[in-house]
Amino acid sequence: MAYATGVDVGSTQTKAIIIDESRQIIGRALTDTGANIILAAEKAFHLALDDAAVPEEEVEYIIGTGYGRYRVTFGNTQVTEISCHGRGAVHLFPKTRTVLDMGGQDTKAIRVGPDGNILDFCMNDKCAAGTGRFLGAAATALDIPLDQLGNTALQAEKAVRISTTCTVFAESEVLSWLGKGKKIEDILWGVHQSIASRSVGLLRRVGIEDELTFTGGVARNKGMIKALEESLELQLNVSADSHYLGALGAALFALDHIVSSRAPLAVEE
Amino acid sequence: MTQLQTVENLVGRGNTEGADLFRAWFTELEQTAATGGHAAYVFVMGSMAEILRTFEIPMVFPEINSLQTAIRRVAHQFLNEAEDYGYSPDICGYVKADVALQLRQGDHPMGKVPRPTVAVLTNACNTYVKWAEIWERMYQIPCFVLDVPGTRDIRSQSHPGDPSFENDRLYVEAQIKELINLCEQLTGRKFDIDRLREVLGHANRMNKAWQRVIDLNRTQPSVFNALTDGTIYLGVSNSFRGSSEGSRYFERLQEEMEYKSSQRIGTLTNEQYRLVFVGVPCYPIFRRFNEFFTEWNGTFVNSTYLWFASGGANRAFEYDLTRPLASLSEGTLLSVRDAMDSMFHQDRAVLEIAETFNIDGVVFHPIKSCRTVSTGLADGRRALMSARDIPSLFIESDMMDRRVVSEAQLKNRIDAFFEGLASRRLQQSAKS
Repeated sequence: MAYATGVDVGSTQTKAIIIDESRQIIGRALTDTGANIILAAEKAFHLALDDAAVPEEEVEYIIGTGYGRYRVTFGNTQVTEISCHGRGAVHLFPKTRTVLDMGGQDTKAIRVGPDGNILDFCMNDKCAAGTGRFLGAAATALDIPLDQLGNTALQAEKAVRISTTCTVFAESEVLSWLGKGKKIEDILWGVHQSIASRSVGLLRRVGIEDELTFTGGVARNKGMIKALEESLELQLNVSADSHYLGALGAALFALDHIVSSRAPLAVEE
Repeated sequence: MTQLQTVENLVGRGNTEGADLFRAWFTELEQTAATGGHAAYVFVMGSMAEILRTFEIPMVFPEINSLQTAIRRVAHQFLNEAEDYGYSPDICGYVKADVALQLRQGDHPMGKVPRPTVAVLTNACNTYVKWAEIWERMYQIPCFVLDVPGTRDIRSQSHPGDPSFENDRLYVEAQIKELINLCEQLTGRKFDIDRLREVLGHANRMNKAWQRVIDLNRTQPSVFNALTDGTIYLGVSNSFRGSSEGSRYFERLQEEMEYKSSQRIGTLTNEQYRLVFVGVPCYPIFRRFNEFFTEWNGTFVNSTYLWFASGGANRAFEYDLTRPLASLSEGTLLSVRDAMDSMFHQDRAVLEIAETFNIDGVVFHPIKSCRTVSTGLADGRRALMSARDIPSLFIESDMMDRRVVSEAQLKNRIDAFFEGLASRRLQQSAKS
């Protein structure tokens, strides 16, 4: 049995996925990226191997993806996370035609074909507003753990309008609303709506086509799922593995390589 | 002559000779700066080089000076100086680099740039007028603004032979006569129409060779890179327009490209993707930016930049030397209007290129500094996508300001674009 691996080195977290020849996920791992990208990639890979209970030598091909993809020094090649999220999303949800990947500092709107090929994409430029980092700033200002942001926001009664488009200024705007006596839940819901609004703008640039799959670390945030679904008036595909879809896509590309390298050589005419 | 010798003599000659000419041009500007002679500050979209050269007035292209600071990786120093002086970060980077250059008394990485004694500009770019007003305030010099009429509405544009075109042409001709009067006053020289004929003759030779060079890039593999090599050609076409050196340069360039085309010598050894570039290059990382594409065996076979920044060569217009002023006004009207159209109807140009250059994709590159060339790009891309199934990439950076150039982000988008092109090609080959 041959195994393929994808390692997605994101700005905040590094993810690794191991799949078998039937394209089933048999191991996954997640670790903070930190300052040592090579170490983070290695750590995620080895944790995934442990999770899969697969010896390292049985992994035939490894693809690095994400911003740190060139630091996956033990990998065979690299593919952008744009292609990987598209591929991973269509694998989990075959009717996916649009992908929204919301990560630590990037939000990507991707339009894909039936096989996961990228038809068009659009990303936030030079600004982390509308990304996970914006949520992080709000979490810091409100002193709430990141994983509780979404559930807290869902308890809101009336959203506070967050007007800033700057992640740095968001923190001070959140504090100013607190100073005016607004409820934390309402402020947080406003933050989620603000991010959703920017993401919808990106999606409209590439064209929104049903079904839409939500990927990336922020896809674990239930508040963000609701904010997006309300803005888009559309139900999103979200999986427990949404966070791993970049790594999954990379693993699928790696498996393609393994399979194609086994194919008989074409006879030259 | 053996083939090897021919390769050695010809291939790369255009770039070497272009660099030599450029150095010679700056040497002349340094001499002008030293002697305090006349210098006309002009722009690439309608320099009126034909008239200025007739009066032997040296031309300074501030846009070229500014982009040279970016290519030489010192633009940030110039931009910071202008911003420290009070210019906003949002103002055109070309303008700010020039402001800093003036504050530095003309000290430029390529040499000393003379102060302007006159500014000659057109309405092709809405910043030109405000930019020239800075020199007007600094040096109290005359600013000649050539108002080029003509609608950008493709459905109602006038063309040679139409009565409305003739009215527009007469309007331009009257202004050119005013420029001639101004040059006579400045230089104390009488206008020499035979000298103008000579200048126009050189411009004709340049235009003709330029058009042929561009056409030769239909060859596969392409014989020059429109982004990198093309920028050198643009420099010569602007600064040596109407001169014997300029016309000779382009004829020799044509000779090089004819040879490369016949011998199938491309800019890449393994050309895989033929692209069109729309917009202004990313000069702060000029070489690296191009490498993002060549690393995937992609090359730029044409660009709208070659069109709107060619200093009047874009239309391959042939001046009628029997009626020089009338013909110059006609050519100016057509080429400047066309340069403006290249920004507002770039989808037409790109579609035309797509028909004949066998392209695989289009790269749209809006820049923070320039609303004039960038604002319409989103519309242009949508128009292209609705007209033809051509993959396109939309990446943003700047032509001057490295603070808004993110290499990692650019590379990520470019890599993803090529991954898409590769999978598209695989699918197409599987179908066939």
